[in-house]
Amino acid sequence: MQEAATAAPGLMELFMGFLTVGLLGFGGVLPWARRMIVEQRRWMTAAEFTDLLALCQFLPGPNVINVSAALGLRFQGIAGAVACFVGLMAAPMAVVIALGAVFARYAEVPEVRRTFAGLAAGASALVLATAIKIAAPLRGRIDGILVALATLAAVAWLRLPMLPVLLVIGPVAIALAWALRIGQSDAARRR
Amino acid sequence: MTSTVLTLLEIFARLSLLAFGGGNAVLPEMQRQVVEVHGWMTAHEFAQLYALAQAAPGPNMLVSTLIGWHVAGLGGALAATLGLTLPSCALTMAVASAWHRFRDAPWRRAVQAGLMPVTVGLIGAGALLLCQTTTTGWRAAALTAAATVLFAATKLHPLLILAAAAALGASGLLGG
Repeated sequence: MQEAATAAPGLMELFMGFLTVGLLGFGGVLPWARRMIVEQRRWMTAAEFTDLLALCQFLPGPNVINVSAALGLRFQGIAGAVACFVGLMAAPMAVVIALGAVFARYAEVPEVRRTFAGLAAGASALVLATAIKIAAPLRGRIDGILVALATLAAVAWLRLPMLPVLLVIGPVAIALAWALRIGQSDAARRR
Repeated sequence: MTSTVLTLLEIFARLSLLAFGGGNAVLPEMQRQVVEVHGWMTAHEFAQLYALAQAAPGPNMLVSTLIGWHVAGLGGALAATLGLTLPSCALTMAVASAWHRFRDAPWRRAVQAGLMPVTVGLIGAGALLLCQTTTTGWRAAALTAAATVLFAATKLHPLLILAAAAALGASGLLGG
């Protein structure tokens, strides 16, 4: 078992660590964050990271950003959370705003427009692939498939607002999972 | 101007606390708010901003930065980004110390297992809404389908696939 480093990282270290992660990650930063935190800087063991990630996946919000804030808080309090957050977000925000400004200026140039049509088709595919990947555990679970389809129809087809959809479908889905004890039988089903 | 910034902050803060399963889960509601409710951009522009955010490094929720920028400049960019991130970060930090007490609780597992298919539906809906504007013809549809297979079934770097899609678009494959 690999041990986590003993000394808590300082503010500058936290900032620099997340700065590199923010600049490296494309189409998902989480694998890079894990590598930096667990393997390179050893701020946490693999088990600790998995545990923190589980919390962030349970709670709402962008997962990796929640991870950065909770990790910063653990080592250096609120200042640490701010250091991690700013490290993770500042540079990518500057880059994306610069890209946006360039795009806004040249959007009417035919070459730029064509390039963007291709890029946008690729970005749609990225979200489609994400949906397919996270849907994989639903195989053979009729209840889960029905919940997913009902949500999809309500949001994409009927264009209903998200809050009422969540308030209606959420409790039903949780009650179903409770009745079927899906969470607890996870391990059993895989065997 | 100031009121627009505040509206952005409010919309994205609400999205932050609805994002069960991560940022992509609120993509359909984000689109509904900025396109249909507030009319700040067309669905086509929304899809373009989303694509642009994927071409930049960093967390994929940078689309909020671009939307805010598009609507209200730098103040808007900050309001949308902080709105989408701060409430959920605050919640995470508030709950983190108590996590070990309910991590293994049956209700916690039921909530997560129950919401998982809801997240699948939400992200699927987000994908369909994006496809609606990016699928301009059968060639764009084929490109999206091929890229989806590559993203889902291979270990190719996502940026490589996006770059290839952009290059195919630039070559005039999609027409226009």
